[in-house]
Amino acid sequence: MPHPTAPPPPLKRLKARPLLRLLVLIAILALVLYPLAWMVGTSVKSPQEIADNIGLLPREFTPSNFADGWRKFDVNFGRFFLNSAMVALLTVVGNAVSCLLAAYAFARLRFRLRGVWFAVMIGTLLLPGHVLIVPQYILFRSLGWVGGDWPYLPLLVPQFLATEAFFVFLMVQFMRGIPRELDQAAKIDGASTFAIFRYVILPLSRPALVTTAIFSFIWTWNDFFRQLVFLSDLEDYTVPVALTLFIDSTSESAVGPMFAMSLLSLVPVFLFFVAFQRMLVEGINTSGLKG
Amino acid sequence: MVSTVRPADHRVPPARRGPAGRQRGPGAGRQREGLAAYVFLSPWLLGLMLITAVPMLLSLYLSFTNYDVLTPLSEVEWVGGANYRRMFTADPSYWHSVQVTVTFALIAVPLKLAAALGVALLLNRVFRGVGLFRGLFYLPSLLGGSVALAIVWVSMFNRDGAFNSLLAVFGVEGAPWVNDPRWALETLMLLAIWQFGAPMVIFLAGLKQVPVELYEAASVDGAGAWRQFVNVTLPMLSPVIFFNLVLETINGFQGFTSAFVLSNGTGGPVDSTLMYTLNLYIKGFVELDMGYASAMAWVFLLTIGLITVGLFSTGRIWVHYSDAGEQ
Repeated sequence: MPHPTAPPPPLKRLKARPLLRLLVLIAILALVLYPLAWMVGTSVKSPQEIADNIGLLPREFTPSNFADGWRKFDVNFGRFFLNSAMVALLTVVGNAVSCLLAAYAFARLRFRLRGVWFAVMIGTLLLPGHVLIVPQYILFRSLGWVGGDWPYLPLLVPQFLATEAFFVFLMVQFMRGIPRELDQAAKIDGASTFAIFRYVILPLSRPALVTTAIFSFIWTWNDFFRQLVFLSDLEDYTVPVALTLFIDSTSESAVGPMFAMSLLSLVPVFLFFVAFQRMLVEGINTSGLKG
Repeated sequence: MVSTVRPADHRVPPARRGPAGRQRGPGAGRQREGLAAYVFLSPWLLGLMLITAVPMLLSLYLSFTNYDVLTPLSEVEWVGGANYRRMFTADPSYWHSVQVTVTFALIAVPLKLAAALGVALLLNRVFRGVGLFRGLFYLPSLLGGSVALAIVWVSMFNRDGAFNSLLAVFGVEGAPWVNDPRWALETLMLLAIWQFGAPMVIFLAGLKQVPVELYEAASVDGAGAWRQFVNVTLPMLSPVIFFNLVLETINGFQGFTSAFVLSNGTGGPVDSTLMYTLNLYIKGFVELDMGYASAMAWVFLLTIGLITVGLFSTGRIWVHYSDAGEQ
């Protein structure tokens, strides 16, 4: 710490300050990461150790929590993971395609009522999903989609109809950055609106598509509310819904397996984080700020 | 925030520039473009109608009925404003859930934003590893909304969870936090605050936009670090603070997953975590009182709308937009 009466020379000050800053940051980071480390540690502890070992690391490595958790319910977690993966991947496809189409119209084409529709789209950005879930449930149920032959229709159909306005908005913002001269050049060469979309806008929109894909995967993978409402049979459950089954069985022996499965369920999100960290961080900036 | 339709700055009639032989009037080209636009827009329009507009109108209608899923839609009974009357005058759980939600948002949102801004200020320097720090602080925002993390969080604040073990090391006897009506909601607030990474990243981007000259000028005028923060950083950052405030407030009102996991879907202990959305879920999907739940949903929508409008109107007073900040 610099002495109050004799301020240290600038050079020394420059060195002390960053060190202090770094120490504070490391302390905060340790605090922030502690729950995650604790989750990892607990997932390989025996019931006995979960009760009495407060350290992060287990004295005795107990990987059997994973096997126990995997087979804990009548349907094993392999099925739940497959269900989740299917829902998430189809959501990615649905969002990417439908939002891109809508965004192209908003960003590049002139049509009647464009301003009105755009304002409506922005309005739906702020619409809380919880407001719509009751009538959507009623609607989908009357169509025979809830608990029907393929119970994922209520989760997936909206995703193919560009209802995630956030992604439409993100793509519109991105496309506005693509130089108009490219469209013009293609137009002069006789390209149709569809050809311009296919050969100019689509290839250049790849970064926005990747951002959309990553965020829709992570959000769908983590989503709980809609999956809870629309999935009713155990074998149709996705991972988040299945995890809540652990809460019912509160016995001590279930804690380890519960943590093991919780940890496993976060692995895909974590891998996305490792692979696309930069993009994710920048993704929320482009979508959030450049409006 | 959003500039809508910009008039195209390149309105060259296709007839003049187009290749010979494909000439047509400018009106035809535009009409064709309009038609194409509606083709591209059709999935979105269909979604807007079927997934958003129709359900909204349907729920508005149902909010005046006693619909319960089991009776067919054609036989529902019109009950007038009974659901709304019950909500405002005869259902203590309703007001309780409003209180829980408002408490949650009023405490968690400012603290989360303060944490986000604090860490963003610490990270707003160029040094080795700054990207890694930024990424790791952001990680909880990716994981925190999941059921898995809510489970971990609840276990951590159990009677014999990690937090109490830690307190025991210092000789402090903890409470059974998640089972104690006085503390259960606070643990959920902490979980929300823990996810400060997303607004932090947005703050960091905002901080990068503040012109260095302003700090230099303030420094020349003798302003210390605190004065610079209050008189330069805060005003320059106010649009970003505002943006985060709106976003996090709307999010804060919609907390569901963590409250569901903590209470196993009941809103307990003693209704202390009965968030509005959880209450709505219980009324609609557990008690199957969908007419009532629809009324709750509409009041929720209008409230969120009013809060957003309210935030925007106070924003006029304290949000400072400068040309430099809008680059």
